[in-house]
Amino acid sequence: MSATNQLTAAQRDDLRTIAAMIVPASEEYKVPGADDPAVQADMLATLGRDTALVVQALDHLARLAGKPLASLDPARREAVAQEFRASGGGAAATLVRVVLQCYYRDDRVLRSLGLELRAPFPKGYTLEQGDWSLLDPVKARPPSLRRAT
Amino acid sequence: MKKNESVDVLIIGAGASGAAVAWSLADTRMHILCLDQGGWMNSSEYPSTGRDWEAKFYGDWSTSPNIRGRPEDYPINDDNSPIKVVNFNGVGGSTVMYTAHWPRLHPSDFKVKTLDGVADDWPIDYDALTPFFEENDRMMGVSGLSGDPRSPLTHPPMPPQPLGLSGPLIGKAMNKLGWHWWPSDTTVATMDYEGRARCINLGHCTPACAQGAKASTDITYWPHAIRAGVELKTHCRVREILTNEEGMASGVVYYDKDGVEQFQPAEVVIIACNGVGTPRLLLNSVSGRFPNGLANSSGLVGKNLMFHPYAQIYGFVKEPTDSNRAPPTCLWSKEFYDTDLSRGFVRGYGIQFGRGAGPVFEAVASEQKGILPWGADHHRVFRKLNGHRLAVSAICEDLPEEHNRVTLDPVLKDGHGIPAPKIDYTISENSRKMMDHGLARGREILEAAGATDICINDPIPWGGWHLLGTARMGTDPARSVVNEWGRSHDVKNLFIVDGSVFVTSGGVNPTSTIQAVALYIADQMKQRLANLFD
Repeated sequence: MSATNQLTAAQRDDLRTIAAMIVPASEEYKVPGADDPAVQADMLATLGRDTALVVQALDHLARLAGKPLASLDPARREAVAQEFRASGGGAAATLVRVVLQCYYRDDRVLRSLGLELRAPFPKGYTLEQGDWSLLDPVKARPPSLRRAT
Repeated sequence: MKKNESVDVLIIGAGASGAAVAWSLADTRMHILCLDQGGWMNSSEYPSTGRDWEAKFYGDWSTSPNIRGRPEDYPINDDNSPIKVVNFNGVGGSTVMYTAHWPRLHPSDFKVKTLDGVADDWPIDYDALTPFFEENDRMMGVSGLSGDPRSPLTHPPMPPQPLGLSGPLIGKAMNKLGWHWWPSDTTVATMDYEGRARCINLGHCTPACAQGAKASTDITYWPHAIRAGVELKTHCRVREILTNEEGMASGVVYYDKDGVEQFQPAEVVIIACNGVGTPRLLLNSVSGRFPNGLANSSGLVGKNLMFHPYAQIYGFVKEPTDSNRAPPTCLWSKEFYDTDLSRGFVRGYGIQFGRGAGPVFEAVASEQKGILPWGADHHRVFRKLNGHRLAVSAICEDLPEEHNRVTLDPVLKDGHGIPAPKIDYTISENSRKMMDHGLARGREILEAAGATDICINDPIPWGGWHLLGTARMGTDPARSVVNEWGRSHDVKNLFIVDGSVFVTSGGVNPTSTIQAVALYIADQMKQRLANLFD
């Protein structure tokens, strides 16, 4: 069963709303929010082993909100979000991590950060040698390995 | 129960020490069999081959067996420990999943009782291990720079990793403070070496290297050992070691890949399951003659667990750092390695420096620390943090204490119904003071580098990489589990070759020393073949 089917419609709505509160869209940086449909679809498709904890977190969120998170006025929604993060424990941390790990692999977001849209392997990265002369003062010191006797 | 043909030598575990011992003993031409609970690794499945490489670190490629939960893993009850056990199970063992940082214990680490009046001296010294350190460095393929004035002399066959962007920032800070630093010896190949391609900076190299540049024993020792005739059976989980009426090990009972129980007879049994797996196996090997577990007449099997508490402090500089585009560690410092009682504690710690983190890790960690906000300011702050992290970790020498221990959990079992290990561990007052000192010095280093937004992990919770001391080596059978060449005091054809034989832990990553000890024990066995059981 896909995670889409494991979350109720209400849970998916709350997930989208809390995701936007964590990472909203930004005109300044030209990036979508974490409520973007593609980011949300990625979350639902890859929840996998995190599903149970995310459901637990969303249940906790629903209890705090008392009704759909999106329907709360902004001040109340903000208060609920803060309480959720403070009292949600490992489940809330997992939900936040799921949001962030999907957001920060989105092409548009990576492009905005100046990162390449690829896996590390097989191209890898170039690492410059750096200034080895910085080591000269250390090399100039006499050996000071503690003796064993 | 199916009974197999007897072998001369049976090795349990194909990780760091098991592979080294198998390779070393192969030239005896004995029939050597190794059983490992895991399988061969497939580098095309390693995290860095996919766009979701960082996410995998939180699940299938977590360093924690409890989170990872592969069929090859066994659960560990570490609820009663502030430091959680991390490891990897499969051919190569935890060398598949380590940072490849490659310091050696110092000569003084073998004489802590003589020098500092604490713990016990080892029954062997650094000089006895020197040829095996050198041999191991050639086999694993080490990069580094010879001549560190505060470390034992090494001869790495490959040049050190580049300093990159992060190294000079750390070097300048350390020079400003007048403190020692040096490029780390690592088992990351910086040039093509013995069939391994050079490092191309995949960065995410702790959970396995897709390039094969990082040495793990599945690609270093094992191909040589197998070509020399050693047999390796995978997906075979050993339940217990059996003994005969003479009190000698007669072989092991294991479950094969189909879950079928089998008996494997052997003339010699070598345990290479490291500091949690080894005592677990010994404690599970109960019989009328050995009611408290095998090789446990001293009562010390499982006791004296040493972890190396890691006190980590990190911050963010204005300059770009290497983040995930380089191996995670590149430099060490031994400035605070030796005892200075004016610091308020005995012994000391090494420092390893971190180059940075990838974007997902940075976002998750910084949000958890409360420095990356939710809402409109998230993007500005993330751009200030991402790609700008520098980390300083004090790797503190843990002294042996019997109450820090591995026992068998009364309830928890693995997939084959074998009782799982339980960890009881507390950070000692001496280690606590050492960690505080390390954090204070780390803060000075970061401030000298211009870092802000400083955070700490104290200890690194999932930092139980180094599993040492639970079947210690010694000459006194009442105070040790194995003798000075790795043979059980109680069972004369049973050997232990992994980190559990460590008497003390030093303040450095132990894998280099674990393998040197394993090669030393194999060499001792070869020298004594005619009277091995006397």
